[in-house]
Amino acid sequence: MGLLSSKVSITRYRVEGRLKAPILATVAGCLKENVIPQIDGDVSDKTVGWTSFDRPFAPNFEGSSFVIGTYFVFSLRIDKRIIPSKVLKKHCAIEAAKRLADSGRPYLTREEKNLILDHVRNVLTLRIPATPYLYDLIWRYEDASLWFFSTQKSANEDLETLFLRSFRLSLIRLFPYTSADLMMGLSDQQRDLLPKLSATNFSE
Amino acid sequence: MLDVSVSYNRYKFLGYEYLTWLWFVVETEQDKITNLEEGPVSIEIGNRIVLENKKKDAMETITIKGDDAGLEEGMLALRKGAVVAEINLLLKANDQQWRFTIKAESLHFVGFKAPPTGPVKSEEDLEGAVLEKAYLYDRAMQCMDRLYKQFITLRVSQDWPNKVVPLVRQWMHS
Repeated sequence: MGLLSSKVSITRYRVEGRLKAPILATVAGCLKENVIPQIDGDVSDKTVGWTSFDRPFAPNFEGSSFVIGTYFVFSLRIDKRIIPSKVLKKHCAIEAAKRLADSGRPYLTREEKNLILDHVRNVLTLRIPATPYLYDLIWRYEDASLWFFSTQKSANEDLETLFLRSFRLSLIRLFPYTSADLMMGLSDQQRDLLPKLSATNFSE
Repeated sequence: MLDVSVSYNRYKFLGYEYLTWLWFVVETEQDKITNLEEGPVSIEIGNRIVLENKKKDAMETITIKGDDAGLEEGMLALRKGAVVAEINLLLKANDQQWRFTIKAESLHFVGFKAPPTGPVKSEEDLEGAVLEKAYLYDRAMQCMDRLYKQFITLRVSQDWPNKVVPLVRQWMHS
């Protein structure tokens, strides 16, 4: 869901750590190193990488192309090849019938069926184009905060993994406990009380 | 700091309590909301509330939706021990309005609709639109952060069991 959509969903993060100076060049270098690779032509069923917010299918991280105002704005792109299960089943059945006819035997072993499944999956993976999924983000470096425009669990996990690998910085997801502990400006004494809290029963 | 997955699961009740308290504040203490920004701010309950009531191993979920839906069923659920799992809110400030749903467990903002921005026709428009959208999202999130700060400050104080919880119970039974 794009950040300019009429409705968005947002997961908020705190970014732990600082980049080495010059910041812009470091960010650009990390983005280029982890740009989305092309998977059309190989058998990968999923690839994850960065792409440009304004040119998601022709990423360009030259200069300060990813900077808008004081924000870093770019996108996570996940390309997936999804073979419909019924298509997979159909082609496995066709291939199994062909092998049975060729061998003249009445049945296939479990191992042979698994080999057919792998073979059919590989062949179909090459034929089916990857579907791109785009998720925008705004990184407010000075505030050490990041907004990710998706609340999908798998997309958030891919973001956290790729961000750490690209920038060597951890993302801490802001949910009730981490927001209270890290973002609300509580005193040390108040923060010490947080782990001791237990649920309130309002209905007693 | 605690391990993230441990703190997510062990303390997710804070999110449920926050949204339950927020409903109480919206209904009874708008003065806590009015001064969230320099100009006057108001928050209304939107068109959806989801409540959850954990009973031993079973979970009861009550969903109230619709623009003119009455909230009596929700109040009844609160009296029976439910807490708010997600709430749709309408935030108004200076003739502008934001609509969004907050999820208790994660504090995610879902279905977040900011005030409209101008059309994007050129690259310059795109940058302007991003900055404007970011500013608008930030304003609403800052308001909600200020409310969460009020909640969590109360939650770690003795005012929570001694003053706030009795007031919430009184409101639930009013």
